Amino acid sequence: MSVPSSAKLPEGPRRRVGADWPFYLGLILLGGSYVALILITLLADVAFVAIETIGHGHGDAVRQVLVSEEVWYATKLSVLSSTATTVLSLWVAVPIGYLLSRFKFRGRALLDAILDIPIVLPPLVIGVSLLILFKTGGIVSAWIAERTGIELAMPVEFPYAIPGVILAQFLVAAAFAVRAMRLSFDEIPFRKEEVALTLGCTRGQAFWRVVLPEARGGLLAAATVTWARSLGEFGPVLVFAGATPKRTEVLPTSVFLQFSVGDLIGAVTISLGMVLIAVVVLVVVRVFGHRDLSGRALG
Amino acid sequence: MIELADVGVVSGGFSLSGVSFHVPRGAYAVLMGRTGSGKTTILEAICGLKRVVAGEIRLAGENVTRLKAAERGIGFVPQDGALFRSMSVREHLEFALEIRGWTRAQRDARVAELAAKVGVEHLLARGVVGLSGGETQRVALGRALSFRPAILCLDEPLSALDDESRQEMIELLKRIQRETGVTALHVTHNRGEAERLADVWLRLEDGAVRDATPGAGGSTNARMQKAE
Repeated sequence: MSVPSSAKLPEGPRRRVGADWPFYLGLILLGGSYVALILITLLADVAFVAIETIGHGHGDAVRQVLVSEEVWYATKLSVLSSTATTVLSLWVAVPIGYLLSRFKFRGRALLDAILDIPIVLPPLVIGVSLLILFKTGGIVSAWIAERTGIELAMPVEFPYAIPGVILAQFLVAAAFAVRAMRLSFDEIPFRKEEVALTLGCTRGQAFWRVVLPEARGGLLAAATVTWARSLGEFGPVLVFAGATPKRTEVLPTSVFLQFSVGDLIGAVTISLGMVLIAVVVLVVVRVFGHRDLSGRALG
Repeated sequence: MIELADVGVVSGGFSLSGVSFHVPRGAYAVLMGRTGSGKTTILEAICGLKRVVAGEIRLAGENVTRLKAAERGIGFVPQDGALFRSMSVREHLEFALEIRGWTRAQRDARVAELAAKVGVEHLLARGVVGLSGGETQRVALGRALSFRPAILCLDEPLSALDDESRQEMIELLKRIQRETGVTALHVTHNRGEAERLADVWLRLEDGAVRDATPGAGGSTNARMQKAE
């Protein structure tokens, strides 16, 4: 009987393998194309304003925007409303994120799907739906007043008012905060809470003293995402809160208003201002948050 | 004393029923069994972390089956330490005491004593990120012992350690158990640990726990009771 042919295989010449560089090149080209697109888009904004002001002597258009009271009001409102929205969002995102991360219950998948609605719904539709909500609310409360004589009134005005700006931002941004918090809680092993329980904690104590401090990085990430999202929220704010200058005009609205009257330089200038604000806030949060975290965790 | 009588536990798709065994007061029991046999589930049931669906768990004669984990007073050392990243080593040692409302002075005294006992005095001010495996388990052990529990449950506490740290931890566990008289239940699949530590060998096989103490003819519990 002959020796099986497979026995000869290891004796053959050393197998040559192909080069690895095409793989790395592919990674760099595919990934790099997107990063480059982001960067050249921003650079184009800067270049456009520079060329228009210095090259074509259109500095007035930029100056007009920078001294515009309406734009400064919009800046203030944008920063303040985004901050308020972020605080409100975290208050709902922490409990919902924790619930989804830790508990298996009936209707969990449904809850998960409901929380996706603000993310997948077209922003304009959210604005319209909010308007309809308050219209219907008005009809219902009028009906109740007619039957019972009890006058139900909102403590504050929402449509076409500042609370409306915040509500419109909140409805969308909170969904992103929930996602971020859930991921953050998912990363903290439940074992730690169980240990806290054996050490004498109630569920609440284990949460406040062990889980939440450990989720500080996640809270920061959720806050950042929510804030950035709120700063850029346009559709729902425009539809639900309107675009009244020095009342409900936020920066994205300003960009849209400038654009709609054909003032491209003004629109781009405000856009760059928003980029600047976002970058400053992100850097401040990173630096502040990092110091806060590393001070304790690494001692 | 730890006593399980016909205990049934359900954990996800996994269940155990009719589990009975008993560990005499002050004994060091090692519970062995294959991976996936349910050793940890039994430990969790004793600690109050898994709901018991049948039978009774008694600790020092008291039926604790329906008590919350926090009310059972068991020191729990989990597999990889499960330390709290936001706390320093000192804060770990005093956490249970703070929850119990001890004063600053009482906590300081206890922390000093504990740190010496488990050998982490030089680490007290540090955070827990970057501690070695051995250091991590010392902190976890100190945290579990801080409130002077009568019972200590350890879930594979040495599995992630290198040989040298493992030997040190074994010595430490033996010494601490001797000094404090705590009743220990140590889950492992490592026979060497059992040989070094166990007064009582328990074996979990096919869903049943039996006494497997060498040379005791299966009647270790009786022997230990006489020794008391």
